[in-house]
Parts: sequence; C-alpha cells; structure tokens
Amino acid sequence: MSAPILAVEGLTMRFGGLLAVDQLSLSAARGEITAIIGPNGAGKTTVFNCLTGFYRPTGGSITVTHENGETFRLERLPQHHIVRDARIARTFQNIRLFGGMTVLENLMVAQHNRLMREGARLPLALVGFGPYMRREAAAVDRARFWLERTGLIERADDAAASLPYGAQRRLEIARAMCTEPQLLCLDEPAAGLNPRESDALNELILFIRDTGADGRGCSVLLIEHDMSVVMTISDHIVVLDYGRKIADGAPAAIREDPKVIAAYLGVDEEEALAVDAALQKQ
Amino acid sequence: MAQAGFPAIVKDAGLAALVALGVGAPLLGLQTVPGERGLDLVTRPGLLLATVCAVFVGRLLLGLFLANRRSAARSAARRAADAPPRIGLTPMQRVGKMVAPAFLALAVLMPVLPGIGRYEIDLGTLVLTYVMLGWGLNIVVGLAGLLDLGYVAFYAVGAYGYALLAKFFDLSFWAALPLTGLLAAAWGIILGFPVLRLRGDYLAIVTLAFGEIIRVVLLNWTSLTGGPNGMSGIPRPTFFGLPFSMSGGEGTFAGFFGLEPSPIHRVMFLYYIILALALITNFVTIRLRRHPVGRAWEALREDEIASRALGLSVVAVKLTAFATGAMFGGFAGAFFATRQGFISPESFTFIESALILAIVVLGGMGSQLGVAIAATLMIGGFEVFRGLDEYRMLVFGLAMVAIMVWRPRGLISSREPSVSLGARRNVGAEHVAEGKG
Repeated sequence: MSAPILAVEGLTMRFGGLLAVDQLSLSAARGEITAIIGPNGAGKTTVFNCLTGFYRPTGGSITVTHENGETFRLERLPQHHIVRDARIARTFQNIRLFGGMTVLENLMVAQHNRLMREGARLPLALVGFGPYMRREAAAVDRARFWLERTGLIERADDAAASLPYGAQRRLEIARAMCTEPQLLCLDEPAAGLNPRESDALNELILFIRDTGADGRGCSVLLIEHDMSVVMTISDHIVVLDYGRKIADGAPAAIREDPKVIAAYLGVDEEEALAVDAALQKQ
Repeated sequence: MAQAGFPAIVKDAGLAALVALGVGAPLLGLQTVPGERGLDLVTRPGLLLATVCAVFVGRLLLGLFLANRRSAARSAARRAADAPPRIGLTPMQRVGKMVAPAFLALAVLMPVLPGIGRYEIDLGTLVLTYVMLGWGLNIVVGLAGLLDLGYVAFYAVGAYGYALLAKFFDLSFWAALPLTGLLAAAWGIILGFPVLRLRGDYLAIVTLAFGEIIRVVLLNWTSLTGGPNGMSGIPRPTFFGLPFSMSGGEGTFAGFFGLEPSPIHRVMFLYYIILALALITNFVTIRLRRHPVGRAWEALREDEIASRALGLSVVAVKLTAFATGAMFGGFAGAFFATRQGFISPESFTFIESALILAIVVLGGMGSQLGVAIAATLMIGGFEVFRGLDEYRMLVFGLAMVAIMVWRPRGLISSREPSVSLGARRNVGAEHVAEGKG
C-alpha cells in the first residue's frame, strides 16, 4: 500500500472569530474517489480552498505524495506551484469559465504552464515558427481528447458563456483535466444537473478515476450534496459538520452512521442525547 | 431583397448611382453662366462624378448595414432555437476583412499620393503615434483588463529616456530606441509591483497617481531634465547614418541619392518610422494573443480566480502585461522626442492618458482594428473640426457620447478567437468580460 495521494493533518482555518475548519485530518487514497459531504456551512469548500492555495491554513499540514514518491507540502507552496508541481486541479461550486473565450481557448489556457515549459518563451514561438508550434498542435489535440470525452466537440469554437449550464459544468471539468492533474478536486459538480446529465457525470468521473488522460487514472476528491452521485461512485466518504470530521468510511457504513443521520436530518434534544450516549458506550 | 448577398448589394448601389447619373447629368453636370453672347453652357464633370460616387458609396453602406442587421437578427433567432450558430460571413464582415488591408495600403501609400502635402503627412504621423499608443495601452486595458490611467508616464519615460541618452551618452536614435523600450518596460514593472493586489477603481487611481508622479518629477528635477523649460536639441533620426540636411552635401540623404534637398524628405521619413513602429506593435500584439502569454492575459481579464486555479501566476501575467504595454509606450515616446526635437513635461499631462484611453474604449477594448479607426477618428477629427474654434470640444464630446450610445462596447466589440478547430467565429460582445482590475 503506497502513501495516500493526499494526507491532511490537523488542518485548521480560522477567519477572525470563526473557526471554519477545526483540526481536520483526512486522507485520499491514490486511484480512488473520496467524497467530502456535510451540511451547508460545514467547511467543505474551505478545505478545498486550503488545498488549492486560495487560503493559507491557520494550522496543520497538507501533504501530497506522487506515484514516484515525490512529496509536496501544499501549505507552504505558492498557489501556482500547487497546480504546476503538486498537480492539483479544481472546479468551482459556482462555475468559473472564461466566458468570452471559446471552449477550445479555455482548454488552451489550462495548458499554459506546460506550453511555457515546452518552449513558448523562445523568440521563434512568438513569431509563429519552430518546434514550439508542434507542441501547440499537441495541446490542441489534448483539448480535443477532453472535448470528445465530455461531448463538447461540436461547441469547441463557441463562447464558453453561450453553452447551456450542464455543458459549462462539463467544460470546467475538462479544463481542470487539461492541467494534467494527479488529484482532481470537484466542488459540487452535479449541482443543477438533471438526472440524465447527472448519470453522464458519474460516468465521466469514473472514467477520470480509472483512465484519466494518460491511462493511469487520476485520484478524485469530490464535494457533493447529491447523494445519488456520492453513494454510487465514491470509494470512500468523509463527513464534516461544523468544521470537524464526524465520520469517515465506505459509503455503506456512512449511510448507517447515526451521527451522520443526525447531522443531516437534525434530531430533537432527547434523541441527540441518546445518540451521544450510544456513541459513548461504543 | 430578402436574401441580399454582397453582389446584390453592389448591383443595387450601382443602380442607384445610375439613377443619380441620369438625374444629375442635366441638373449638376451642366451650368449656364452669363457669357459674352447670352448664356454659355459649362460642363462640370468633376461635381457630377463626385455626386455619383457619393450616391454609390452611400447606397452600398446602407445596403450592407441593413443586410448586417438582418443576418444578425437571423443568427439571434437561430441561437434562440439552441442550435449551434453556424453562420457564414455577413456582408459587413466580408467588408470588415477588407478594411484592414485597405487601411494598411492607404497608410503605406499616403505620403506619395497626389495632393498630399507636408500638413497631411504631419497629421498622419500624429495619428499613427496615437494608433501606436492606443495599441500599446490596448494590451494592458483591452487584453489584460487592467485599467491604467497613467499610460502617458511610459510615453514620457521613452521621450526623456531618449533625450537623456542622446545628451549624456551621445547615442543615436536607432541605438537608443531599444534602450528606451527596455527602460519603459522596467518602469512598467516598477508600477506593476505595488498595484498587483489592486483592482478596478483602486488600480485606476494608483496608475493615475503614478502618471502624475513621473510628470512632477520631470518638472522639478531641473538639473537633469531642465524642468519646465524642457530639453531641446534632441538629435533627429538618420537614414542608415545619412542625416537629413538642407545643405545637400556628400554625406547627407539628399546628396547620397542625388536628390534636391527638401524638408519633406525628413517628414516622410518620420512618417515611415512611426508606421513601422506601429506595425511592429500590431504584429507583436496579434502574435501574443495566439501565444500562451496573451491567452493568460485574456484569461485574467475574464476571471482571475479561475486563472489562479489553473496555475497561472497572476504576478507574472500582470507584470508581463504592464511591461509589454509600457515598452510600446516607450518606443512611441522616443519617436515623439526625435520628431519634435524638443520635449517638456507639458506634453505628458493626464489629458494625454485620458485621450489614449478614450481611443481604446471607443475602438472597442481588445480590437486592433477598432483602436486604429478610433485613433484616426479622434485625432483626425480633432483637426478637421479646427474651424469650429471654441465649439470644437462640444462637437467632439457629442460625437463621443453618440458613439457610446450607439455602440456601448466600442466600434468593434466582438472578439476574434485566438485558436479554433473549425471556422473561426467571433465572440459576441455580450459574452466578453471587461475586466475588473
């Protein structure tokens, strides 16, 4: 068993007097889909923002281990290194596309770091000649691969903002995959999708886990409220409430967990005490 | 004329011109003037020709405008039906494709056209200077979406940079030109660093202050810049080492080519220098838009958070935009200094920044052709309205308001994609973000 791709230890995030994430520890195994669920305001998106460098955590550590054993301490990395070196990509709860750019251009922007590495800085590249142009053609092919995968190939030359909602969600995932991540963080990808789109999304996420861009697969971290998605595709579920982890396990176990049910459905005080007592006994 | 294509519109315009010819021939083409023995008949073919041409062009434009409106309505209807819009070029777009080459040909040939004198060439030089400044600022404002109200600072850095390099190091214009660009780019980065975290209005105010700081320093550092007296005796550019001189001796431009010495040579030479500089600016910008760096600028304008999530370094993206824009401002400044031979802080006031920004906004942010048209209209129009004296600003202001009401996103508001799988289709203005900082 290799080290988990993501290991979070004692993560704390405090905004003034508000403790959004409190001593959270969790891990995501390589090649698995790990879901983070919890009621609204439980701190799920805050965890994502800490992982992807939008917030600097107040305390704790976030370690990413690649297949070759290389490790990255995300809480110390500048944000653009998190994507470029630690290879983490994310999507947003409220879709954030480059609306005035075409679908294809969105995917080209995602390959910025790779193209810069591959010689875009050479003067010849600026004039439009030289070996760099082949790299750019390869980048277009990579974009085409994900467009075909997400069923957007017909709309490649349309403005991203002109796509229907479900297609925008898929485009955001395709764009994240074009950064060639080792860990993909999806923030409520099924929000606002109809059941058919939701099924297609499940398929896409499973494809990403098993195959990915290079056939080696990509680990997935998923925030989701839609239980049909979570329970169908997750390998492992972490439940948060008020910034703390209240449960952690396989989907079947989570479904039965009284603490999780209490957190989601709410319980009256007597019942809550009973649940607490039951947990004490365990 | 339900499905009027381009040929149909031309035919229609030709018909109108024919009617104009028929009506105009007796009415305009012939005139009776009192002669020695009664009335004499005078023909006026020039007036007739001009009228017929005007009718033709007017009818053509009207037809194109209407056809464009119709096809826009059609494509909107098609979009409403949620089919991917696959539109061929509208007649207006087809003409649009010809506008840029036509403009270019006109710009190249302008000085040698008949009837063009020194005044026109000087005006052309001025217009091209602003076209270049507009294109430079367009990188910062139009592509990267960073509102910069102090762009004239880089123009000043270029101008004073060249003047000082020439004074203290005896550098010629051609040797100093790249250095002034680097100098201005360095100042772009110096401005960029403190404003990295600022957005929108706050960014605008700090850049405005930066422009004023540069001007005030130039005004008060009398020992170096001559203060309000400015710097004079700035060397003129040479043609591969041949100076333009009225003496017509061995080592001068006129002497070398065996021409009659004339001041027009230098005026034309300056015109071609700024034309070349402007075209370089245009070429670099067009290439950069198709380059990862340029795409990162536009991504930053569209959504900074998403850019960061994709691993773009916002610092690098913003600084390259500031530096590249400033560099072209610096080139234009060096040209300004060598053309005038004299510079003073008065040439670099806030109103210049505002004028350049107005050119970019009026032209349509991010559009190269739009900026060129806007610069021509604004600077050229300013000259044309000179006869109106004190009403000039009023007419000018009204014209600007009218344009902004008619085309709120500038003359050319649609965006051309930098890469495409199929046929390239422009992105409508309604989708393109203006940038928040």
